[in-house]
Amino acid sequence: MITAGIDMGSRTVKVVLIDTAAAGAPSVKKTHLIFPGDLDGDAAADKAYDEALNSAGLKRDDVSSVFATGAGRVMVNFAKERVTEMSAGAKGVSYFYPTARTIVDVGAEEGRGIKTDGTGKAVDFAGNEKCAAGAGSFAEAMSRALQLTLKEFGDASLRSDKTIPMNAQCTVFAESEVVSLIHSSTPKEDIAKAVLDAVASRVCAMVRRVGIDKDVVLIGGMVHNAGFVQSLKTAMDIDEIKLPEFPEYVAALGCALLAAEAKH
Amino acid sequence: MTTADLYPTEPLKLWGKAKQLREQYYQNYASAHERGGLRWSGSAWALDAIPTAFGDDVYSLTGEPYAASVSHDRKFAKECMDSAEAYGFARDLCSYMRIYWGGMHLDKYAFGGKFPKPDFIFQTQICCSHSKWYQHVAQVEKVPQFYLDVGVGPFKELTTDRVEYVANQLHDGIAFIEKATGRKCDDERLIRAIRNEMRSTSRWADICALNKAKPAPLDEKTMYSLYVLATLHKSSQWCADFYDELYEEVKDRVARGIAAVPNERCRLMSDTQPPWAFLKIFRYLETYGAISIGSLYTFGLEGIWEEKPDGSWGGRTLPWEKGIEMKDRDTALRLYADWNLSKPQWQHFYNPQLKTEMMLRIVKEWGVDGVMLHLNRGCEGLSLGIMENRLGIAKAGVPIMTFEGNMGDEREFDEVRTQARVDAFMEQLGLRKKAA
Repeated sequence: MITAGIDMGSRTVKVVLIDTAAAGAPSVKKTHLIFPGDLDGDAAADKAYDEALNSAGLKRDDVSSVFATGAGRVMVNFAKERVTEMSAGAKGVSYFYPTARTIVDVGAEEGRGIKTDGTGKAVDFAGNEKCAAGAGSFAEAMSRALQLTLKEFGDASLRSDKTIPMNAQCTVFAESEVVSLIHSSTPKEDIAKAVLDAVASRVCAMVRRVGIDKDVVLIGGMVHNAGFVQSLKTAMDIDEIKLPEFPEYVAALGCALLAAEAKH
Repeated sequence: MTTADLYPTEPLKLWGKAKQLREQYYQNYASAHERGGLRWSGSAWALDAIPTAFGDDVYSLTGEPYAASVSHDRKFAKECMDSAEAYGFARDLCSYMRIYWGGMHLDKYAFGGKFPKPDFIFQTQICCSHSKWYQHVAQVEKVPQFYLDVGVGPFKELTTDRVEYVANQLHDGIAFIEKATGRKCDDERLIRAIRNEMRSTSRWADICALNKAKPAPLDEKTMYSLYVLATLHKSSQWCADFYDELYEEVKDRVARGIAAVPNERCRLMSDTQPPWAFLKIFRYLETYGAISIGSLYTFGLEGIWEEKPDGSWGGRTLPWEKGIEMKDRDTALRLYADWNLSKPQWQHFYNPQLKTEMMLRIVKEWGVDGVMLHLNRGCEGLSLGIMENRLGIAKAGVPIMTFEGNMGDEREFDEVRTQARVDAFMEQLGLRKKAA
């Protein structure tokens, strides 16, 4: 049996197809991601889904159930059910790490902390509100200010051993601070570390609201930023943060798993 | 009843009367001078039996419920706040205060006509904004002002000296009003007003206690329109009598199993003032079969409570029911001070743990399944220590969610994001919404 999960994020649409026909754990049959070119969410969902099916050699009729999550989940008209990022994230993480108790999810628009009960169910959560200072878009804006790609930005921060506090709470003012640091000839790697330390500090404060219990798993696009992962470890005062194989697909995977469970 | 409904429901019979009393209150204040009466202004926590003792033609405008009414009109609320901010006041101050100030500066009254100028200010001080609010009003309107310090510590640590400190100020308050108005205090009227306030606030607590029933006879959105009468004029005869009448109707609803929300499957509790322009959030909860049965805010902003012999929470026993009579001014003022100092919503100003304990009591006694905390940027007073409350409630194993907003300033509330939070919380509680 094939089920699908679609994560309509604020920047990308992620699709995961899983196969539960064989005995044992469901297998991931296909992952697919697109950057929608315009604001037509309905069309983007269709496009991403159809592309994923085509590349897997499947048709819509082959899929028994589709669940959707993400900020734009209401735009996935063909979804049987819609679930929140918290439930989808918790379920997806349980596939990779059944021992996970704390999930840190940092995507483009939102950062959130999720506490799970060990069965893939979210039992508490906290998220940033109307401010992007604890989210991926903040790091992205700052990397642009430093004229670095996101990968270069994360790698640069790992070369710094300086701690420069950033006082601003909001992206706009933080950018002003970055500009001031550039003007005072502060090395880019020190600025990159300062920015990622600030994001990690905000995220950590949020996660502390739900409590930090091991194992801690980071999901979302910021997993790819090695500098951020290091800053987060330091902020949380832990030695290890588990990083899943497909970090940006975890919520979509969780959806597909929930769709499979609902079918049974 | 539809097939999705679990319980019968019917409209509250006294709904129309409650709205009419509220409307009349605001009209009475505006037209008081036409009838030779007096107007005063202060907060919903002002000890209003004192001005009431000066005549049946003495009308108040309590600032918070007035500003909450304005908040429902998002355009006018914004106009008022813009006016206050243009005057130089910061946007992060109490949104009720900014709305009141803005209306005063614009000279526009939400219920029609020019903003009615008070004859005097009579105000309590426990919230950080209260004195400053009316100090500015008094300066602009050039009217006399009186402030009563009620920050004497938690009720459970109350001493005779602390009661006397407040009671002495009430004596001073009477002298102030006599001087400001040229009228004499009528002690018989004073004692009647204090008795009415005690009746109103104890009876409101009794009504809230009826919501322990399953299904709940009242939902919190409806309760907002009912508790408000106590924030307007709790020492009035009309307010005390209305709550007696309401108590009988709600008791009857409980006896007949009449639900506020016919598909009640899950019982929630909120905290602090809601974002008034977005009360539809409560209707959104109902699409999941979730009802907010109340909050410490709705129960204890004006309700006066006590622990009953069986350990449960209910309306505080009236002094004369315990054989204590108010025969003279001093005795009445001491009892009045003691009564108000037991107000549940004053306790957290001293220690957030006191509020957490009361919230957990509500969770237990009212059968609450989850708690929604409004991190209210518009009210420093009632948001004080709210993250400590979150921690305490979570530690007790009660599911809890937070959302940011502002009771009066819609610019600080994100409706879509809040609905997304609610969706996540409902999932956490095992309530999933089917796609359309």
